[in-house]
Amino acid sequence: MSSLPADVEAMVGAIQYEEQGEFPVERGYIWTTCSSVENGNPLFWDDDVATEITDGPIAPSTMLSVWFRPHHWVPGRTSSGLPLQVHFDLKDAFDLPEAVMTDNTLVFHEPVRPGDLLSTRQILQSVSEEKTTKLGTGRFWVIDVEYRNQRGDLVGVESYTGFGYRKAG
Amino acid sequence: MGTPARGITADAVKPGDRLPELKHDVTATTIVLGALAARDWRPMHHDHDFAVNRNGMRDLFMSTPNQAAWFERYVTDWTGPKGRLGRMKFRMIGSVFAGDTMVLSGSVEGIEVDDRGCAWAQLALAVSVEGTVVTECAARIALPRDGDDNPWARRGDRWQP
Repeated sequence: MSSLPADVEAMVGAIQYEEQGEFPVERGYIWTTCSSVENGNPLFWDDDVATEITDGPIAPSTMLSVWFRPHHWVPGRTSSGLPLQVHFDLKDAFDLPEAVMTDNTLVFHEPVRPGDLLSTRQILQSVSEEKTTKLGTGRFWVIDVEYRNQRGDLVGVESYTGFGYRKAG
Repeated sequence: MGTPARGITADAVKPGDRLPELKHDVTATTIVLGALAARDWRPMHHDHDFAVNRNGMRDLFMSTPNQAAWFERYVTDWTGPKGRLGRMKFRMIGSVFAGDTMVLSGSVEGIEVDDRGCAWAQLALAVSVEGTVVTECAARIALPRDGDDNPWARRGDRWQP
């Protein structure tokens, strides 16, 4: 028997917050990122190597989330969704004022290529029973963020473990 | 294709092998450039006054996605371009500040070939400052088994990261 409230139970496994990236994957950001960490991997700098090994240029694997960070400003926008909105929804659902991320895992599937237009969606994987840690009492939850390209291929999954809690005392 | 192998192959790697250390002097430019490359506009990665007086931090500090990019560079410096990352798990313990000298280190925890014939190295990686680990990363990366193998050619269920 689950002890989760029905509204949270209904969230588990459901696809939420599907969003399209604001711009296609582009090489300028790839080069700026490589430059920022002095990454000389020829896959990103030598098109002959990229053609031979990866069938053309690709983006560094760890850039997955870069393609989804919203522009700092766009005309007419009055608000923007929080990244990882499901996390904030759970804080609200359980009325837990504090939260921390305890774990972050990235899994890489099909390579991301310049010109790709990625989409993302959030899926709540699990919510724990109530637990008490040194931070306070609350619940752990695991949220997956899936990334897909315009052909529907899975390109990666980010998995976050959050702990929402109320301070002891 | 008969092209010479670039980088390491799985048969040359064994548990306990250490990756060569990478030392880097982190400046405010390192941190600002890294944050903006990752489209992270939050002020604690570019506004010194905000980081210190609002966040109570010692200085500007490196963003998490930028640290991931450093780990990726560190690992593929070691593998060469045929190394293909499958999975990375991060544990953030402390911060890397402007003015720090960070050291990336790593070792091979295990090596295996999965049931699709893909060779994997399991790596334990760390960023340290003055001998203290500030971020840990467990990484799983596919390596070519020989000069003709190429993990990037794997698609569908032949790729199990």
